Amino acid sequence: MPILKRLMLFCLLFPLGAAAQNPAVHEFKLDNGLKLIVKEDHRSPVAVSQVWYKVGSSYEHDGTTGLSHALEHMMFKGTPEHGPNEFSRIIAENGGRENAFTSHDYTAYFQELEKDRLKISFDLESDRMRHLTLDPKEFAKEIQVVMEERRMRTDDDPESLTDEQFNAVAFLNSGYRIPVIGWMDDLKHMRVEDLRKWYETWYAPNNATLVVVGDVDPQQVFALAKKYFGPLKPGTIPKEKPRDEIPQTGIRRITVKAPAELPYLVMGYKVPVLHNAKNAWEPYALEVLAGVLDGGDSARIAKNLIRGSQVAAEASAGYSLDARSEDLFALDGTPAEGHTIAELEKALRGQVQKLRDDLVSDEELKRIKTQVVTGDVYQKDSVFYQAMQIGSLESVGLGWQVGDEYVDKIKAVTAEQVRDVARKYLIDDHLTVAVLDPQPISDKERMRRMQHSGGDNVR
Amino acid sequence: MSDKLKVAQRHLDTLSLRERARGEGSQLGHKTMKKTFSVIILSLVTLFTATVAVANPKIQHWTTTNGARVYFVPSPVLPMVDIHVVFDAGSARDGAQSGIAQMTNGLLDQGAGKLNADQIAERLEGIGAQFGTGSYRDMAIVSLRSLTDRSLLDPALDIMSQVIAEPSFPQDAFDRAQKRTLIALQGQKESPSAIADKAFFAAVYGDHPYATPSLGTEQSITALTRKDAMAFHHRYYTGKNAVVALVGAIDRKEAERIAEQVVGKLPAGEAAPVLPAVKPLDAAKTEHIAYPSAQTHVLMGQPGITRDDPDYFPLYVGNYILGGSGLVSRIAIDVREKRGLAYSAYSYFIPMHAAGPFIAGLQTRNEKAGKALSVLRDTLKDFIAKGPTEEELTAAKKNITGGFALRLDSNAKIVQNLASIGFYKLPLDYLDTFNNKVEAVTAEQIRSAFQRRVHPDDMVTVMVGGGETTTAKP
Repeated sequence: MPILKRLMLFCLLFPLGAAAQNPAVHEFKLDNGLKLIVKEDHRSPVAVSQVWYKVGSSYEHDGTTGLSHALEHMMFKGTPEHGPNEFSRIIAENGGRENAFTSHDYTAYFQELEKDRLKISFDLESDRMRHLTLDPKEFAKEIQVVMEERRMRTDDDPESLTDEQFNAVAFLNSGYRIPVIGWMDDLKHMRVEDLRKWYETWYAPNNATLVVVGDVDPQQVFALAKKYFGPLKPGTIPKEKPRDEIPQTGIRRITVKAPAELPYLVMGYKVPVLHNAKNAWEPYALEVLAGVLDGGDSARIAKNLIRGSQVAAEASAGYSLDARSEDLFALDGTPAEGHTIAELEKALRGQVQKLRDDLVSDEELKRIKTQVVTGDVYQKDSVFYQAMQIGSLESVGLGWQVGDEYVDKIKAVTAEQVRDVARKYLIDDHLTVAVLDPQPISDKERMRRMQHSGGDNVR
Repeated sequence: MSDKLKVAQRHLDTLSLRERARGEGSQLGHKTMKKTFSVIILSLVTLFTATVAVANPKIQHWTTTNGARVYFVPSPVLPMVDIHVVFDAGSARDGAQSGIAQMTNGLLDQGAGKLNADQIAERLEGIGAQFGTGSYRDMAIVSLRSLTDRSLLDPALDIMSQVIAEPSFPQDAFDRAQKRTLIALQGQKESPSAIADKAFFAAVYGDHPYATPSLGTEQSITALTRKDAMAFHHRYYTGKNAVVALVGAIDRKEAERIAEQVVGKLPAGEAAPVLPAVKPLDAAKTEHIAYPSAQTHVLMGQPGITRDDPDYFPLYVGNYILGGSGLVSRIAIDVREKRGLAYSAYSYFIPMHAAGPFIAGLQTRNEKAGKALSVLRDTLKDFIAKGPTEEELTAAKKNITGGFALRLDSNAKIVQNLASIGFYKLPLDYLDTFNNKVEAVTAEQIRSAFQRRVHPDDMVTVMVGGGETTTAKP
């Protein structure tokens, strides 16, 4: 089934809140440029430690896509000090949980541990920050794992496949056109030397942020960070060219055919984010607008399209204001039985039109603001999420303080501002539409298709 | 959603997703899943969600006037409360009407008392409450998260109590839910992993209630009426069939009031009867299902254990070593680390009311499916024959007991554990004794338990992927 990212978008949409209520965030900087941010949360005797690197797929280029993510995999394959997989073994033996993730804008590694074991995390992370082995034999195996991951996440998932091509068409020159996991052909031809270069370029203390949240003392964490990360040499981090997306001057449409049962529609308007907004309030108005459409079961998409007219079996809207450059306000969905993709598109665009024509009601506005205020408290239940918030805002260059301002900025948004951003940005010339056209899954049909394609997806 | 939000994440989230989709003993929360940031959050779900341990929060327990069992832990720091009400009303109770449990649960908030779906959603969200429903094989869940401020909490509780006790099952909501369920069922047919799951449970469970999927089948869903949902609600949404888990910044008196309020309108009714025992498999069964995917999804397994099984701890610790510990498990090392054959390779037990399954699985490019399956099988057989090494056992215990605090470091995790303890009637000191029970497990107990309980020569094997035929092969 499609979407329903509602819950998690909710987290993205509603980061930390009112400054007055927030426990203090402590910021430190090591001589080698590593930034350390510590937030105390003493509810439970645990700590989460996250190392964030300012590099992700949007830093990559055609022909070598997928480097950031593949490197993330290789980061578990050892240093001269620790053999392949030993990081994971050590963390496991210490009762810890670990993982890593890559996005368009950053790559991050984390451990969750009992609070007294933070030094184990620092020991391992500082080692692999500068001393990764990148053994060709390990790479040969791991790139196969990455390709399996791609097959699982994208090639065999018709909606993901559609999303991927949608992005590549919505963005022509911005790094956001590049899929996080990389194109299959680039993965097949990736070399361990490419990864080494990528590692040496971006993995250095002065391109990283260390975030610790939990039952810790900030000064002690700082001392520990100095001990383990202090000796690392800084690197020379290249200044990225902006790669600003060229202006879109007309609607774009694509169709993706894949074996599937259900049609799927995804559409996106180019919109500003905090980084490039000429008017600082506009991204917050877009956040509220996203809430009006999809901030829960009472929001307009659920009320009018899933219940109401019942055009959609599923549908959602989403926007995040913390991208590094111009991004999309996205809508997607699957039509209900008896309705077509064209009807669903019309219905979603009808909802957008309404936002251009009429002011949102006081009641809607109030509901969204209440959700932001309460959501701000709920988020504090997770130390992991609190760290995530700080790390991502730092890594895209906005600064963690943006999280603390969020509730007040949202509260200040007016109905007129919501209408204004709808009128200004949610217009056809800035729109890209992708449609998944389901192809039969049966044997006979499949054989026919294989003869005509020869691509990876059906190999 | 745009791939930009999607975080390509390293290992195990598929497992967590799969497990969550089955959701036995796991929190359900909201109907969400898939894509975007959910992968990160979901990856944090423990592999064995029904297992719990705690840094000694004292569990308080009592029974409401209509017989619901309440489990409460105060958590004073954040001004919020989490409430999970769990009914023994999952799809194991479907009977001949496959899918009715899920339909009933999903319709609770689509009309209750005098309120319609719009009003319920508007009122709850207008006070910033987070409400959810969910239905799995064993459990049907209704959950609420609210601030403790009475002006917000009281109206939220009022709606929750109506949704639980007075759902009106409006005809239009029923029709809509029926159509959306049919679409969801159709959607599963484009997912090789969902196809594999369905075939696996059907083959392992035969005529046991666990055989049929919680969503039902096209045929069974089409045959349902709103009267069926009303009857199901009447039978299974009762005081004696309910467990209430509460965590938050409230005291005992307030917790008692809240519990009475949310389930108090229900009749006492009867607890659901004990489920039939699961028959063991007596021969190997292999099913190939052709699907035009790049990968073949492989699942092998058999009926496993109940939640109160005497072999629970040896099997739990043993499976941690075999396939339950992410990148350091034997299966992950043999399949992924040594050979690059899969992104996710794992094994786990899902302990349930009746014997939940033991599952080992992976997904790999089609041409390697045979190879990967034989590696998986060899690893399993070798483990059963020899058991773990002392080194492996020590490492496993260190992880499980050393990571104890992480199992209960948020209200969300605590309330889930309480619900599980209550639902499966585990002792109140379960969390206090958990680490000791793990420490007491020996290598020989693990070997013996696996040899007695896990039978690779009589397992079901399901393979869904790039085969040439749709007919079953031996």
